[in-house]
Amino acid sequence: MSQIHVQTTINGDETEFLCDAEETLLDALRDKLGLTGAKEGCGTGDCGACSVTVDGRLVCSCLVLGAEAQGREITTIEGMANGDELHPLQQKFLDHAALQCGICTPGFLVAAKALLDHTPDPTETEVRYWLAGNLCRCTGYDKIIRAVMDTAAEMRGA
Amino acid sequence: MLDKTADNGEFKYVGTRPQRPDGLDKVTGRARFGADMVMPGMLVGKVLRSPHAHAKIKSIDTSAAEALKGVKAVITADDFTIDVPEAEYDTMVNCIAHGKVLYDGHGVAAVAATSQAIANKALKLIKVDYEVLPHVTDVEEACKDDAPLLHDNIFTEGLDEAPTTPSNISGRVQFGHGDVEKGFADADTIVERKFRTEATHQGYIEPHACVGNLSADGTGELWCCTQGHFMVRNSCAAILGIDISRLRVTASEIGGGFGGKTTIFIEPIALALSRKAGRPVKVVMTRDEVFRATGPTSSASMWIKIGAKSDGTITAMEGLLKYQGGAFKGTWVSLGCMTAFACYRADHMKTVGYDVLVNRPRAAAYRAPGAPMAAFAVESVVTELAEKLGIDPLEFRLQNAAKEGDQSSYGPKHRAHGLIETLETAKAHAHYDVPLGPNQGRGIACGFWFNFGGETSTSLNIGADGTVNISVGTVDVGGSRASMCLMVAEELGVPYEKVRCVVADTSSLGHNDTTDGSRTTFASGMALILSARDAKQKLCARAAKIWEIPEEAVEWVDGHARPAGPNAGEFDPMSLAEIAGKAETTGGPIAGHHEYNARGAGVSFATHMVDTEVDPDTGRVTVLRYTVIQDAGKAVHPAYVEGQFQGGAVQGIGWAINEEYIYGEDGRLQNPGFLDYRIPVASDLPMIDTVIIENPNKGHPYGVRGVGETSIVPPMAAIANSVSAAVGVRLTELPMSPPRVLKAMDDAKA
Repeated sequence: MSQIHVQTTINGDETEFLCDAEETLLDALRDKLGLTGAKEGCGTGDCGACSVTVDGRLVCSCLVLGAEAQGREITTIEGMANGDELHPLQQKFLDHAALQCGICTPGFLVAAKALLDHTPDPTETEVRYWLAGNLCRCTGYDKIIRAVMDTAAEMRGA
Repeated sequence: MLDKTADNGEFKYVGTRPQRPDGLDKVTGRARFGADMVMPGMLVGKVLRSPHAHAKIKSIDTSAAEALKGVKAVITADDFTIDVPEAEYDTMVNCIAHGKVLYDGHGVAAVAATSQAIANKALKLIKVDYEVLPHVTDVEEACKDDAPLLHDNIFTEGLDEAPTTPSNISGRVQFGHGDVEKGFADADTIVERKFRTEATHQGYIEPHACVGNLSADGTGELWCCTQGHFMVRNSCAAILGIDISRLRVTASEIGGGFGGKTTIFIEPIALALSRKAGRPVKVVMTRDEVFRATGPTSSASMWIKIGAKSDGTITAMEGLLKYQGGAFKGTWVSLGCMTAFACYRADHMKTVGYDVLVNRPRAAAYRAPGAPMAAFAVESVVTELAEKLGIDPLEFRLQNAAKEGDQSSYGPKHRAHGLIETLETAKAHAHYDVPLGPNQGRGIACGFWFNFGGETSTSLNIGADGTVNISVGTVDVGGSRASMCLMVAEELGVPYEKVRCVVADTSSLGHNDTTDGSRTTFASGMALILSARDAKQKLCARAAKIWEIPEEAVEWVDGHARPAGPNAGEFDPMSLAEIAGKAETTGGPIAGHHEYNARGAGVSFATHMVDTEVDPDTGRVTVLRYTVIQDAGKAVHPAYVEGQFQGGAVQGIGWAINEEYIYGEDGRLQNPGFLDYRIPVASDLPMIDTVIIENPNKGHPYGVRGVGETSIVPPMAAIANSVSAAVGVRLTELPMSPPRVLKAMDDAKA
């Protein structure tokens, strides 16, 4: 079975890889490219641990085929910090102790950034509904919601 | 043991909220979890699982799978033939069925192949000839005489007369004191009720994952996500027949466990495949496998009876608890019986428990295992009894709360604890006075967990630059490395940032029990405090050597060695860094260590308060407000203590309202995925308010109590009390999903 040659951009870097037709973007990222920040919690799009953006749109990478990355711009958790400078969301997650085990954290950060990119002043309800596709079993979400709200306020200069 | 308290204001680092040492890796995607490991030459391992709830395995034909190109090893029970100690036998049989499958999802065979696609294809080529047997998945059904029998060699233990026929009731236990008949005779009001709860899963987001690499000579390594890598080592070594010294297990970062990763499922499979294939093998469970073959907690059927005098004094408490532990013997009902009445003082208490076998996955620990369902039943009856007596349920609890010196429900006398403070704090909390609207109700409930100590070994090494490395053998499930660093910083008097903690592999430390029983911050923390005291003695000795004065004339104060006493002489204090810098010429490396079986874990009590609103048309329950008040003894890193409170409460909310294992007539699990097994999401919840009570544990130098588990004990009862108040009907079954709530409301109207 021949593999598909995919040319794409990941976290700003031009990248190419070979994948099987049925291979998910998540598997391609993790197994072909060594980008293991996105996690597989369910493989069915229910947990959000594999969240990435494709052309700026938030998706579960377990529901996207690797071949669909052709010609797209993919952003993963590995592309969130600017060198040694954390994104404000990353810093606020640390400040607020918004993670315990940390397995869901990359997905939450990618999803929260996608929210703040288009909604800089979300209400608590908006944050809760936007992040409803990301499961966290440790925190009860309280500190995550606070971290996102606090980040939004800081980024607005409030 | 308690020698440092908040009252004398001595704490400098403990009680602060610094960034966790593993934080940066976890917000950047660099942290390596179970499935993130790759070894050179690695194969992919997959497990074939039973589609039947109960069946005899007549034969397994692996020849077609073995012949498939890319398949490097196929194993079945025939590859596990050595004499395994009894303690590990069930664990082995749970990993791979021996002769009979006992539940839907039970492992039957496994393959290792060069790719996942080939491994999956190979599984389909394995031909298993099953003889399907009748099954039973319900705890009450399994207790009946004519129920399908899971094991013909299990006879009920704990009966006065040894039974002659095998049974699905594997054991009977009893706890208590006094004479409940007498106690009920003294009561003016008695409430008794039956309750049922469904099984729930721990629901950690990270599926089980490991990479095993075992040579034919029995030397190997294993990387895995687990709460206890020493447990993994010992179990795997026993099952595979190798020396424990030859198997080095490294714990990855762990993506949640909550008790579900305190045993093994795939680890011996990966190692056996690796030994056969001669290459490393990675096994990662799918979510479907996690639901069908790991966890869950017991489902329960319970009866509770409590009597009190008209002045509100409880006279007797009695309970009958039946827990299914899945297809193997369990101990969970014992813990339910011991904890059921632990919050109360009564002269007469009795709990009887039955451990019941059913065709379901072997129950694993889930956060305060056995306690939450018992608390749901007991705390529901406590509130109902208070209401019948015309006493406020919170006052009723205050009146009957167990105090220091009281006989506990589980054996020993109570030591000092913070139960009453949690109740008084609840009463004074603003939440208690918020007005309620229509269809809304407020519920409170208390909860208890023992907390464990256990075998623990730690080491502490001081670097030439005066920084400190600490090694623990207890897995960090939720920020414990930060707490470890805080306690060592406190003890040595060096900045938190100068202390770094690693979870060492099994070849680097003495045996450590698993991270369970809320023991890690207590037991590894105390071992590190004692390791630091060991190191301080050595640091003082080095300073004495440099100053040429007797060792006893040197004391350690605020991170420095100082001359002490009348004849010590005048020397400037030496910092840890200065002494460490001279280590080479004063005797070599400076280290401290401690090994012990930790005792004195302080119990932890909590009071939870919740407001809910029930939609009268749909029966949907919405949580409006939630407050957790719990005794932490001493909160080392308060943010992570709050996190434990909040996380446990929300798991309890899920258990109360949404979560349940649903089995079909065919005995197969109907909802093995996060879509149909719905854990709480952010939009289901309000903020979870927390209050940390600090009633010091006298068994720990700083007063620390375990905090991780108690928080899941009260929620189901608190919510049941709240929903019952909202709809005016007592809810007695979990989960309180819309159909159940509607039915309870309709039944009440009928």
